[in-house]
Amino acid sequence: MDIHEYQAKELLARHGVHVPRGGLAYSPEQATYRAREIGGAKWVLKAQVHSGARGKAGGIKLCSNDEEISNAAEAMLGRKLVTHQTGPRGKLISRLYLEEAVDIAQELYLGFVLDRKEERVMIVASAAGGMEIEEISERKPDSIIRATVDPGVGMQGFQAREIAFGLGLESNLIGKATETILGCYQVFRDYDASMLEINPLVVTRDGSLVALDAKMSFDENALFRRPEISELRDKSQEDPRETFASDRGLSYVGLDGNIGCIINGAGLAMATMDMIKIAGGEPANFLDIGGGASPERVAKSFRAVLGDKNVETILVNIFAGINRCDWVAEGVIKAIREVGVDVPLVVRLSGTKVEEGRKILADSGEAVIVADTLAEAAEKAVAAWREATKNKKAA
Amino acid sequence: MAILLNRSTRVIVQGFTGKIGSFHADDMKRYGTKLVGGVTPGKGGQTHLGLPIFNTVKGAVRETRAEASIVFVPPPFAADSIMEAADAGIKLCVCITDGIPSQDMMQVKRYMRRYRFEDRMRLVGPNCAGVVTPGQALMGIMPGSIYLPGRVGIVGRSGTLGYEAASQMKALGIGVSTSVGIGGDPINGSSFKDILQLFERDDDTDAVVMIGEIGGPQEAEAAIWARDNMRKPLIAYIAGLSAPKGRRMGHAGAIISAFGESAQEKVEILKEAGVVIVPTPASFGEVVADTLARTKKAA
Repeated sequence: MDIHEYQAKELLARHGVHVPRGGLAYSPEQATYRAREIGGAKWVLKAQVHSGARGKAGGIKLCSNDEEISNAAEAMLGRKLVTHQTGPRGKLISRLYLEEAVDIAQELYLGFVLDRKEERVMIVASAAGGMEIEEISERKPDSIIRATVDPGVGMQGFQAREIAFGLGLESNLIGKATETILGCYQVFRDYDASMLEINPLVVTRDGSLVALDAKMSFDENALFRRPEISELRDKSQEDPRETFASDRGLSYVGLDGNIGCIINGAGLAMATMDMIKIAGGEPANFLDIGGGASPERVAKSFRAVLGDKNVETILVNIFAGINRCDWVAEGVIKAIREVGVDVPLVVRLSGTKVEEGRKILADSGEAVIVADTLAEAAEKAVAAWREATKNKKAA
Repeated sequence: MAILLNRSTRVIVQGFTGKIGSFHADDMKRYGTKLVGGVTPGKGGQTHLGLPIFNTVKGAVRETRAEASIVFVPPPFAADSIMEAADAGIKLCVCITDGIPSQDMMQVKRYMRRYRFEDRMRLVGPNCAGVVTPGQALMGIMPGSIYLPGRVGIVGRSGTLGYEAASQMKALGIGVSTSVGIGGDPINGSSFKDILQLFERDDDTDAVVMIGEIGGPQEAEAAIWARDNMRKPLIAYIAGLSAPKGRRMGHAGAIISAFGESAQEKVEILKEAGVVIVPTPASFGEVVADTLARTKKAA
């Protein structure tokens, strides 16, 4: 789960990380009022969307008077910000963050991730901040400093000091940098983060160390014990199709194709999407309905998939292991009648009592295209989709 | 004797009396697994499914000489249960639970290292389908009927995709020595490489099918190990060709977040290491059959 920059900065500030003075605004008036509160002569207005690379997309603006703030706020609010991280659909700007402008002497990079190879929290730092970490590792790989934390004892002071010295900071900044790095680790650990990135962490001209930007993501498996983080969820930043599905306990990822997928198991779901692609189609979504495949879950899945207006064909692929194909088939028929499916539907069942399941589908009188194998299912779905789009164009 | 599990392995269930634990314990028993009891704190002394319940894993091990444990405990308490099993001298722990926080798993892995390697418990999972040695014993949630006993090992992250592979093989008369689900989490007990090492040493396994997916470094690590150390043929499929970068595809670990983690990149690494690639998820059966036929000819 991602949170906004201002939310991350609030968490970090509570743990000894210095951030610029700033305030949230939902309107141009609030933004200019914030400038008065903060004081100073230059401010930065920042669109709060769950994405990096906001500057290049016009989501960050340096302002020096009320009029500039007001105009920039007007231009940003209600607009969708499109960056290379948001995809072409972009993300809605409904919150702005106004911050005092900082006089930058040097930009650093500081990141915390879960390293899957080491199976530990890894700190990544570089004196070449301001660009994305992928770019740093490509252009200045030698500048990258890494350290991992023993989960038994947590991050130690010497590790933070080594990083601070490794960044080439002046001796008067070492103490502050150590405090910043340890504070970040504390936040990462205490709130079950999965990623924390401060880019840039800046040395200002007056010799202080400030987190100019902050990005954080959290481990969704740990939200049960972090209600204070759950509260920070902003549904306006999510794909509405995904919000609908996740509110109903379905694991769904929206994509850009036209063939909707309803599958049990994450691996089989990915494999079925691959098969659709190999057969010449494009999947509209990833959807894992989980182990049970009960009629209720199947019906919810149909609603989630049909909520996407781009869906022109649906492919259901269920491997009935613990349950039986005849029950799943009944569930599918019940769901079709309940939800109303007006696009071609291909169903492939396999596993226990598969013959009985296929017979129920065939005898139902519903327009279900039955497939026996995974390859056949994908081919039939793509063929049905081509047919449907052809008819649509003709009509 | 296949790997990890056979008909004489003495198994207990942690989270024995819960709905899911009960259902699958019964299923495993019917398959022929030597189930000797279960653990549910507070219900010690009672019986369930005709088997004794214990308050602690230590108590269960003392009374039943259990060597293996399967965990159905809910996510908030599952890490604790795994560590309890490790401390009680369990040799194999299979954790089915989906949704354990990553930091809990980091602690579990760190905790397990306090035991000498020879005494250390082997953890399979979490968020996995379990382990089955067809015709002998099942520790997991997979349908036992889809596996034909045989001589091909399977190791995969996913449950149902593993079933798909096994049933394609069964349709061609190809059986399985042991099938191991290592789970879809970013931090797991046994890696692909760990399980390949066991299959390579196993006299009852002739070839291994590895079913990977996007995210993480384990498939590449396994391929490099296989290139340098494995004599048996390794056959692999990587799911997620159509998965976009940075999106989590169901499994907590199925996310492309670094270089080399996409399906295309992993397939390239595997090919370079001489691994036989299953090009589509519909061709597990034929690729395994071809590979076995070629190996026989060569020998």
